[in-house]
Amino acid sequence: MKCRVCRDRAVIQVRRHNANFCKPHFVSHVHRQVERAIHDYDMFKGSETMMIGVSGGKDSLALWDVLTTLGYRVDGVYLHLGIGDYSSDSLVFSQRFADERDLDLRVVDLPSEYGFSVPEAAAAGSRVPCSACGLSKRYILNKVADDGEYDVLVMGHNLDDEAATLFGNVTRWDLEYLGRQAPVLPANADGLARKVKPLIRLAERETAAYCIVQGIDYEVEECPMAAGNTVNRYKEWLNRLEEEAPGTKANFLFGFLERAAPVFGAAEPPELVTCQQCGQVTTGEVCAFCRLRNQTLVHIGTKEQHV
Amino acid sequence: MKVILRQPRREVEVEGVTKVADLLKKLDVVAESVLVIRGDELLTPDLPLDPDDVVELRPVISGG
Repeated sequence: MKCRVCRDRAVIQVRRHNANFCKPHFVSHVHRQVERAIHDYDMFKGSETMMIGVSGGKDSLALWDVLTTLGYRVDGVYLHLGIGDYSSDSLVFSQRFADERDLDLRVVDLPSEYGFSVPEAAAAGSRVPCSACGLSKRYILNKVADDGEYDVLVMGHNLDDEAATLFGNVTRWDLEYLGRQAPVLPANADGLARKVKPLIRLAERETAAYCIVQGIDYEVEECPMAAGNTVNRYKEWLNRLEEEAPGTKANFLFGFLERAAPVFGAAEPPELVTCQQCGQVTTGEVCAFCRLRNQTLVHIGTKEQHV
Repeated sequence: MKVILRQPRREVEVEGVTKVADLLKKLDVVAESVLVIRGDELLTPDLPLDPDDVVELRPVISGG
């Protein structure tokens, strides 16, 4: 296969664009897609302060690399979730990436700073591990962005993540979540930073390929707690459709964003109040993270049950 | 040829395939869900494979 641009040997086929690219032109393609997402959805300006959630996986490291190469200064935050060797190894990939590029990486250790790990939270309550993990990540990233007075919280969600989330929301006709799904989640006056997803125009196969082409080492193994999770199953199904009809995932997602999201987005946003326990914004008296933490600390015996 | 699979990492021997697309078909792997890597080189589906090759089928789906 030949590169669409220069006719040199291609290293990747991107069927939804009906294109093959050599290494340099694939790198240009990735940069162009990120720049286009930033521009089309008015994600941020270069003068704003930005923080990226870094997991040590392909998406967050690829995105951090792209944004840095494009001239943006972005600080990183790694959340150590206490998932055994997986968390420790992921931190090594994240720290090495930051050190090699002289980037700032803050590490938040869930077990030492909040008293519990994701496996303990999953064992303590009704949430599946990925739900407890996602809740903890959202809470801590919001808090770190708020404490650090960052304007923008950059997320590594890619086209596959968003298409799979949309698929799940559609199968349940979850109108609240459908109303919230967007490439940019606006800032909230009570302290939530604007959230942006610059990888939304790139499939995860492209972010993984970008890491390999650019020599970025990342955590290849999947989280041991995520085995068989629902979103990954949706991704497999969508990839089978994509194989038969290239462009299916992009059409599904961008058709929704352009034509259907405005209808669902018309719903009133929930009223936000301050959590009575931690002070973060929430929709109830005590936020979901504090409830999860209370339940987990009781379960592992470090906090007494309040009757 | 030796094929390295991930999540978890393991190795299998595959015989009778001469190009990347055939390898994916034989293992019933969806091309959109993996990258095929030889050394530090990405391989497109049309490329020939040699019986002495060691190739990695790296899954690209990740959660979280």
